[in-house]
Amino acid sequence: MAGSDSQGAPEELSLRQAIMEGVRQAFAPATGMLETVGGHVLLGLKAFAWLPRRPFRAGTYVEAMEYIGFGSLPIVLLVGLFTGMVTALQSVHVFRIFGFDHIVGGTTGVSIAAELGPVLTSLMLAGRVGAGIATELGTMRISEQIDALESMAVDPIQYLVLPRIVAGALMTPILVLLFFIIGMGGAYLVAVTQMGGDEGQFILNFKLMVDFVEVTKGLIKGCIFGFTVALIGCYYGYNASGGGRGVGIATTKAVVTSSVSVLVLDYFVTEVLLVIFPVGH
Amino acid sequence: MCKAFGKHEVLKGVDLDIERGKVNVILGGSGAGKSVLVKHFMLLLRADKGGVWVDGTNVFELGPKELTGFRRKFGMVFQFAALFDSLTVEDNCAFPLREHTSKSQSEIADIVADRLEALGLAGTQKKFPGELSGGMRKRVGLARALVLQPEILIYDEPTTGLDPIATLNVDEMIMSTAERFKVTSVVISHYMASVFRIAQRVSMLRDGLIVACGSPDDFLHSSDEYVHTFVSTAGVTGGASPRQEEEETRPR
Ligand SMILES: Nc1ncnc2c1ncn2[C@@H]1O[C@H](COP(=O)(O)OP(=O)(O)OP(=O)(O)O)[C@@H](O)[C@H]1O
Ligand SMILES: [Mg+2]
Repeated sequence: MAGSDSQGAPEELSLRQAIMEGVRQAFAPATGMLETVGGHVLLGLKAFAWLPRRPFRAGTYVEAMEYIGFGSLPIVLLVGLFTGMVTALQSVHVFRIFGFDHIVGGTTGVSIAAELGPVLTSLMLAGRVGAGIATELGTMRISEQIDALESMAVDPIQYLVLPRIVAGALMTPILVLLFFIIGMGGAYLVAVTQMGGDEGQFILNFKLMVDFVEVTKGLIKGCIFGFTVALIGCYYGYNASGGGRGVGIATTKAVVTSSVSVLVLDYFVTEVLLVIFPVGH
Repeated sequence: MCKAFGKHEVLKGVDLDIERGKVNVILGGSGAGKSVLVKHFMLLLRADKGGVWVDGTNVFELGPKELTGFRRKFGMVFQFAALFDSLTVEDNCAFPLREHTSKSQSEIADIVADRLEALGLAGTQKKFPGELSGGMRKRVGLARALVLQPEILIYDEPTTGLDPIATLNVDEMIMSTAERFKVTSVVISHYMASVFRIAQRVSMLRDGLIVACGSPDDFLHSSDEYVHTFVSTAGVTGGASPRQEEEETRPR
């Protein structure tokens, strides 16, 4: 009796453990993702809790804005110019079949203002700023610089994370606007100067289709995406571990996650913006 | 106090007293968990079980606001210096002063220059940490921890990687700060000669437990084999302290 008991109990236990383990593993991706999302939300909340508290450290904000905004200017302008040019080039060729090529100024304007501008700018930022922030904070984490900040009674979230996400949210709309302006310049160059389209028609259709609302949509998206990219970079950098390899992993994850997040978020933000600003208002 | 990283239990019930106003040395093999242990003192890590009591308050129960004030009492010299590599040596050392005092820039520059000079680093103010040697970086870390004149100083291997003269210099600095400002010092060290030069109390960490604790003399004459092996290297490195040599020669 006693022998069979003592044999049965551990087996039962290990079976139950095996089932639990199996269930746990089956849900691991889901719980892992929830944990990651929760971690981001928590980091964002902790950072914003510091916003109204002293010391404000204006210098850290200026530095972050310079890095995210000014530093990204060349790449954003270059991408903006060529995006405008290629959009106009394709549109002119397609619309010409139906004799509609005069509306290119309007269609290009709408697609850049509300869609291509914010999304491409944010993808550029994911590669440049997301990776940069993750590498910088990750290096600070593994070389104990973040511990050193804490040891000197400076909160690293306030000192490192908050300025970066604020700068991301504030500078990206400006970059989106510049992307839009130079993109339209590129579109004009191709549609009017190169392809010989009518200048008056280009400008007229642009004014007809692109209004304040379209541009605002783009700026709102830029603000949300910029915030997201910076927060994701901070999250992976701040939580990096395991030496140089850990920093590499953090950087890769930051770039992949922020790029995917921008594209996924874009859909949902567009939905919401269409409810707030219905087409044909 | 217990602490595990995942399944790896580093501290398995450490029980340690640090004496106020004295130089407390913590010994232990590489990877014994000394750095992990001292990081708990100012809540850079949170223990799974147990607590750290400083002046009667449990560090782990402090709120975020109290914690800021509490951490100002501490200075920590990190094992790998942990200097901010985007700042110059001068800005690194000035960082705590700029954060926590309202001193003018010129006053701060004077204090920093003074500390750097005392550590044999005069003239490195405008360099970046990346341009310094490991030993120099370590001394800059030391200068940074000292500028605010904290009540409790934690040194994580302050002399590892320094030449013998610089080691002597740093040891003297640890002792003189301890005496002059009545600070409580916690020093992690591997270098036996320097341990017996500076220590007033020694503790030994092994397998996640404090296995021995006492005065340097107790350690020299310890019957515990591990402690004995660890300590007996002092003779090999040949730098036993004057204090201890006197005591040993007198009876003979
Ligand atoms: N953040 C961490 N994550 C996981 N494991 C860690 C972490 N920090 C330390 N450890 C582990 O804790 C153990 C003790 O590390 P610790 O740095 O405290 O050693 P140490 O006693 O300071 O050694 P040394 O004399 O070489 O500096 C090591 O085995 C290490 O692998
Ligand atoms: Mg260590």
